[in-house]
Amino acid sequence: MSYIRKPQIIHRGLARNSLGLTVRDYEGGMSTLCAGCGHDSVTGALVQAAFELSIPPHQMAKLSGIGCSSKTPAYFLRQSHGFNSVHGRMPSVATGANAVNGDLYYVGVSGDGDTLSIGLGQFMHAVRRNVNMLYVIENNGVYGLTKGQFSASADVGSRAKKGEENVQPPIDPCQTVIAQGGSFVARSFSGDKDQLVPMIKAGLAHRGFALIDVISPCVTFNDHEGSTKSYQFTRDHYHPAIHADFVPPSEEILAEYEEGSVMPVVLHDGSTIVLRKADEKYDPTNRATALAMLQESQAASEIMTGVLYIDESKPEMHEVNQQTGDPLLNLDYKRLCPGNKRLAELQDRFR
Amino acid sequence: MSTGPKNNDFTIKIANVNGTGSASANALLMKTFFRMGIPVVGKNYFPSNIQGLPTWYEIRVNDEGHLARSGRLDLMVAMNAETYAKDLAEVSPGGFLLYDSTWPRRQMLNRDDITVIGIPLAKMCNEHFDTARSRVLMKNVAYVGALAALLDLDLKVIRESLKKTFAAKKHLAEANQQAIDFGYQYAREHYNCPLPFHAETADKTADHIMIDGNTAAALGCLYAGATLGAWYPITPSTSVMDAFKRFCEMYRVDKKTGKRDYAIIQAEDELAAAGMVLGAGWNGARAFTPTSGPGISLMSEFLGYGYFTEIPAVFINVQRCGPSTGMPTRTQQADVISTAYASHGDTRHVLLFPANPEECFYFAVQAFDLAERLQTPVIILTDLDIGMNDWMCPGLEWDDNYEPDRGKVLNAKELEEIEAFHRYFDRDGDGIPYRTLPGVHPKGAYFTRGSGHNMYGSYTEDANEYQEVVDRLRRKWETAKTYIPEAVVEYSEKYRTGIIAFGSSDGAVREARDRLKDSGVGVNYLRVRGFPFTDEVQRFLDVHDRIYVVEQNRDAQLRSLLLMETRVSQDKLIPVLHYNGLPIDAVGVLDQINKDLEKVVAA
Repeated sequence: MSYIRKPQIIHRGLARNSLGLTVRDYEGGMSTLCAGCGHDSVTGALVQAAFELSIPPHQMAKLSGIGCSSKTPAYFLRQSHGFNSVHGRMPSVATGANAVNGDLYYVGVSGDGDTLSIGLGQFMHAVRRNVNMLYVIENNGVYGLTKGQFSASADVGSRAKKGEENVQPPIDPCQTVIAQGGSFVARSFSGDKDQLVPMIKAGLAHRGFALIDVISPCVTFNDHEGSTKSYQFTRDHYHPAIHADFVPPSEEILAEYEEGSVMPVVLHDGSTIVLRKADEKYDPTNRATALAMLQESQAASEIMTGVLYIDESKPEMHEVNQQTGDPLLNLDYKRLCPGNKRLAELQDRFR
Repeated sequence: MSTGPKNNDFTIKIANVNGTGSASANALLMKTFFRMGIPVVGKNYFPSNIQGLPTWYEIRVNDEGHLARSGRLDLMVAMNAETYAKDLAEVSPGGFLLYDSTWPRRQMLNRDDITVIGIPLAKMCNEHFDTARSRVLMKNVAYVGALAALLDLDLKVIRESLKKTFAAKKHLAEANQQAIDFGYQYAREHYNCPLPFHAETADKTADHIMIDGNTAAALGCLYAGATLGAWYPITPSTSVMDAFKRFCEMYRVDKKTGKRDYAIIQAEDELAAAGMVLGAGWNGARAFTPTSGPGISLMSEFLGYGYFTEIPAVFINVQRCGPSTGMPTRTQQADVISTAYASHGDTRHVLLFPANPEECFYFAVQAFDLAERLQTPVIILTDLDIGMNDWMCPGLEWDDNYEPDRGKVLNAKELEEIEAFHRYFDRDGDGIPYRTLPGVHPKGAYFTRGSGHNMYGSYTEDANEYQEVVDRLRRKWETAKTYIPEAVVEYSEKYRTGIIAFGSSDGAVREARDRLKDSGVGVNYLRVRGFPFTDEVQRFLDVHDRIYVVEQNRDAQLRSLLLMETRVSQDKLIPVLHYNGLPIDAVGVLDQINKDLEKVVAA
């Protein structure tokens, strides 16, 4: 979307990843969002995660819908193809793109309006198909580009800038996706980069649909007193249930953890996320108890964060479709076309 | 037409109840004519329902090869008591009606001007078969037996057909043969067989096949190398994906591993289906989605997106009777305008108009080439009549030297060598820019966006930069004209009157034109096969004084499109319309043209 070309300044001392690239190589155009927008922090976290994972930038595809959040793919990984689709329909584009080429990393960036209102249907069906992608919702409870209407994630009782009180119950994407059978569900806060970066890495390494719902305050329309998606409210009600440390495939788990509170989960690509429970009772592999705790926490006006649910065993779309291992778009045409002899034989049944 | 039936020139209609298994009996009947070498067409008039409502199957046998509806009914097989009165009324004077005489008809249901033939089908089936299901099913086969006697069908051909159909189920072949035999015997014993019009073995179907357009289109998608089919079920397009799936299972599955060289995704709705094919096309695969009018409405936002961002994708619109849900099992050509300009803003789409299953096959392949060459969605506009009815057409052939036209796509080496890549820059002056695929090279990266962009692919709200891009898209449209299949023109300098038609109206128009010629009126004929219109269409419009535009919709949509997109004047184009949901017939076309000709003479 709208962006200004950012001057590329690389300091000699800047760290390089295993591809020899610096974090600058993972940046995009200059953001045109409001100063202080939570979305820019999410962009920063995506840049950091891709850099640390040493993902070749052109091996990533960035997709989005419409809205402030959906502008952000222009602000990271300028050497990746981007697809800023139509409102609420990014999941279908990602599904089609992924079906024919599973070799790329797919990152979808969307907002609460784009995902939970106009795009709820497509969103749920991408979850249902377990499309192998990272899906980030930059969730601020408000429509920014159209100047301040409530979104479907606004809490009951939350006040708009002009004082109006929201009366419709919110749709919680995390609860909804856990209930639907999603395989990776996480929540974070744009103000907590330490939590967000390893979470993004885990989401990218996860085989299947990885949802990260990021509370990402709108400084212009939803950061006032009375809003439940403001920086202040989020900080006051933030409850990390699970910390996640991401360990790439080649590394050993070196950190020392207290016994009983740690749960390592090996991801499909051989990497591990070590889930550390801040809340002893929380079990991120149990759908029913995870849902119950999320509901309790919601009733208590808490914002529970962390990798809330994970299931690495669920087959992703290509496996369900029984597709061949190679990307469909790389298959040789001769392999796809049965040729004239077979056409002649086939037509016997039409005579 | 106005002349009566003759040998190898007659129309049969079978009235039945849907869900009673009449389809296979009717197919057997039709294939018998075909295998006897006589040109034939079958049209199915079925309800939007699963079981219990009236359904009709119309078979036209015509050795001249005219295969539109005849507008005549020479033999009605009235198997549905509920529609009996209506079916009786429909028989042309001098015609015949066959009914199940197990139950007596009411006396008042009679006509003096036709011959009624009673065959106790249910009674005979009850005597021969034990189960309720086979008693119901075999009634249908028994009327085929009776018709075999009345129409002098080749019993050998029927026997072979049954053997072939039930190769794996011998007991069924025997039961069917039994029903044929007692139907045949009864007719022979009680009526003068054959009827004055009947079948005579001919040699006019060699090298031909009987196929429906949806199956042929699916075969085209397979041969074009499509790897993704995304769709939402909608009548009458559903059988496109059913057939594609069947063909893929035959030819695209690794026998050892069971792994598939294709993906078929049943989408949550048509919007998603459109998004999926655009996503796949953007990534570099050949992808398609079959749908019908309501689906095109839902896909419209994405169609505009695909046009503006220049993504190849193939859409197949099997038109049905609208507006709204309309009559989903009836045919029409009423999506011409809504498809040509689908979406908001200055949007226009490349359309292909197949007229029969043969063209469905070849145009499906061509649609993928055009979509990739022109980097835009291409829509094949077919209809229920072509898509779901059984047509006789020449056998399909494939050129094994065919290579897909992938259009202007830069590969890794080319990207390595260029200084910078600009997605929407018109290097060649034909309005078609170069594109790159994700994952190939970091220099190929660009941002695909439906918002304003400049020729370099960057976001813009600049007046000139925006206009430059949409003007270039217009230049691309001009280039598209050189790729569109040429119109089929039958032209003689002698004639100043012309007919223009497209798609499934072709058969009725040809027949009407022949009859006009018989009555001393010569007309030229042009069949449009794509949009944008080629120069030849303009020339045809220029050289005629009066042109009948024949189409199957109320609002003369092709005529409107011609008026909008060519230099022709309103007065020149006379609409000839048919839009009741049944396939078009020559009689209606001829009547409307004759009426207008009278007016012209009177003036």
